[in-house]
Amino acid sequence: MIRNVIRAAWIAVGLTAAPVSAEEPFIVVQSTTSTQNSGLLDYILPGFEAETGIDVRVVAVGTGQAIRNAINGDGDVLLVHSKLAEDQFVADGWGVERFDVMYNDFVLVGPKSDPAKVRGGMDIVAALTAVSEVEAPFASRGDDSGTHKAEMRLWDWADADPTDASGTWYRETGSGMGATLNVASGMGAYVLTDRATWQSFGNRGDLEILVEGDPRLFNQYGIILVNPDKHPQVRVSAGQRFIDWLIGPDGQAAIASYKLEGQQLFFPNAK
Amino acid sequence: MALILNGDAELWAIVLLSLKVSIFAVLISALIGMPVGAALAVARFPGRRVLIVLMNALMGFPPVVVGLLVYLMLSRSGPLGVLELLYTPTAMIIAQVVLVTPIIAALTRQVVEMLAEEYSEQLRSLGVSRLASVPVLLWDARLALVTALLAGFGRAIAEVGAVIIVGGNINHVTRVMTTTIALETSKGNLALALALGAILIGIAVAVNAMVSTLSLQAEREGLRHA
Amino acid sequence: MRDLTLDMSSCLSVDGVRITRKGKSLLNVPHLALDGPGPTLILGPNGSGKSLLLRCLHGLIVSDRGQVRQDGVALNADHKARQAMVFQQPVLLRRSVAANLDFVLKRQGMPRSARKSRIEELLAEGGLDGKVRQSARSLSGGEAQRLAILRALALDPETLFLDEPTSALDPNATQMIERMILRASTRGVRIVMVTHDIGQARRLAADIVMMQGGHVVEHGAAKQVLDAPKSDAARRYLAGGLVT
Ligand SMILES: Nc1ncnc2c1ncn2[C@@H]1O[C@H](COP(=O)(O)OP(=O)(O)OP(=O)(O)O)[C@@H](O)[C@H]1O
Ligand SMILES: [Mg+2]
Repeated sequence: MIRNVIRAAWIAVGLTAAPVSAEEPFIVVQSTTSTQNSGLLDYILPGFEAETGIDVRVVAVGTGQAIRNAINGDGDVLLVHSKLAEDQFVADGWGVERFDVMYNDFVLVGPKSDPAKVRGGMDIVAALTAVSEVEAPFASRGDDSGTHKAEMRLWDWADADPTDASGTWYRETGSGMGATLNVASGMGAYVLTDRATWQSFGNRGDLEILVEGDPRLFNQYGIILVNPDKHPQVRVSAGQRFIDWLIGPDGQAAIASYKLEGQQLFFPNAK
Repeated sequence: MALILNGDAELWAIVLLSLKVSIFAVLISALIGMPVGAALAVARFPGRRVLIVLMNALMGFPPVVVGLLVYLMLSRSGPLGVLELLYTPTAMIIAQVVLVTPIIAALTRQVVEMLAEEYSEQLRSLGVSRLASVPVLLWDARLALVTALLAGFGRAIAEVGAVIIVGGNINHVTRVMTTTIALETSKGNLALALALGAILIGIAVAVNAMVSTLSLQAEREGLRHA
Repeated sequence: MRDLTLDMSSCLSVDGVRITRKGKSLLNVPHLALDGPGPTLILGPNGSGKSLLLRCLHGLIVSDRGQVRQDGVALNADHKARQAMVFQQPVLLRRSVAANLDFVLKRQGMPRSARKSRIEELLAEGGLDGKVRQSARSLSGGEAQRLAILRALALDPETLFLDEPTSALDPNATQMIERMILRASTRGVRIVMVTHDIGQARRLAADIVMMQGGHVVEHGAAKQVLDAPKSDAARRYLAGGLVT
């Protein structure tokens, strides 16, 4: 009873403050900065919204935080890029089922002067080893995001633990991809970034792509409906509709057609 | 700058939402903070000093922590999850209310306490009880209180840490000036971020101009108490 | 003039009142009865306890010992509600001149229309008619004192305490206020007033209370205290007053 009154009061306030009507059906998608900052979602979502009338509200954070928010039930759909963590999420019962959506790739970006002499290489592990050997400045996300997890896996393969050097040549920003690129641009550091964010990033300064094309730089995105058994408020039908659309022909075509400066950034690969 | 002048509709919607959210938050904070501050100024009870110290400490509470606490309350797995308020403007208003109320309450307490000291004997002589003196004091401290409101508004509108957590920076729903600045900076769109920053600075300057005009007026009318 | 005064049965008395702060005795009055018909004027050097005595009589300070009585009954809220006081430093609300008067009239439950005309009447009486809308805090020292007196009169009190109400007033204004005080006294309002102006005491007082070091050193008819003081303290005070 009291709850209803409070709710009515707050909704009244919310309504007057919100430009969007509360009546319109919507879903909340917990996703990553790379999908938002690259402009992909802004490009493909209007098509889905026009077709279904469902408003897609995207919360863009790191993969780690997106998964934690989804575990708290603060989202209906999870769209992230860290397959291991995603499988764990489903295995623990927080998600219904994981679907592949698309992939892009990571690139190693660094200063034109290239102190570690890695330019043009195809071997990312060798490149990282070189960087750590000359102790050239390297900016890391350090935020448990999908990109950060991928970076740590690569260091593992390079048999190096740069966190020992944390604070010296290895700088952990603890922030999003864009913020980390800004740091790298400011101090002329190497940085591992997803290609999409890099492509749309406006403050490159002296940085350019130095290493790309290694299969180990492959970056898979997956989509998962948050499990209504855990959180009954999950908007199941609208959420499922979004997933079906994104991994269906319309969504996949939309992803493929998104280009920035003539370059395709994401490659649909739903099965 | 061209972006601002061209009256980009989307940009203005963001500015408008920022203003709406912060104005609402400040009004609600005033409704709570002013009576609480005034009550703390005139009432005498054990633990009053402790409460005042606590309130002053809350003034400097880190916004990110406030954001986190409000998030934990409003999350679907939190106690108020059923209200479905997370990632709405209402959630941002709540976070700002939590941030601004201590400021308004503390400033109100200070102003009203000084005034109460001055008025105390006169009001008692007129037979005004402690409780009845609260509205009298609030009204007579009105100019200083408007300054407190504007200070609260300044904190609310410039805040990013809390609203980005509880609002989610969702396009067309909870994207306000500060979260847009954060987003555009992370995209490396420094020009757009700076343009928005300029608007924010403009608002801050306007608010401060209002504050100084008011205190000037207060001084002129002898309404100010040192 | 004093002959016209109605005979009042009201009596304000002080019995065994002592006020001590930090071991120092500030006020010590074994007995004082104010029951005469005309204004009582309190005289005495700075720091002798005049303002303190007024506060005591008005119930603003509760004495450590002893009692203040109105007509034999310990001072209560009803009594206090029928008293008014003009403080040595007038405290005006941060509002317009009219609003300061309106505040007390409203508290008395006077209807809006009546308040408006009463305010005009009072302001005319105090020579502040041109200042209705002015902020009270921007009044000159003398104007502020006049407004404080008008506000006290607006309460229509049975007892009116005045703490050096003309200390900041020019001769004309002083005369105007003295006339207002005498008119109130004639209406039956008990006046208890502190002053340092011996001429004023001579003009207004029916009886005089002489204070020194927290004690009442003499209380008697005005003429007697001023012309033939019995105590050394009163003699010295009045002599000093004559020298300056
Ligand atoms: N709260 C207090 N604590 C300590 N001393 C006090 C307090 N209130 C008054 N006094 C002292 O009591 C004495 C009497 O004060 P009071 O204000 O009654 O003097 P007064 O006769 O009105 O003097 P004046 O002519 O200067 O107005 C003064 O010495 C004053 O310092
Ligand atoms: Mg005095």
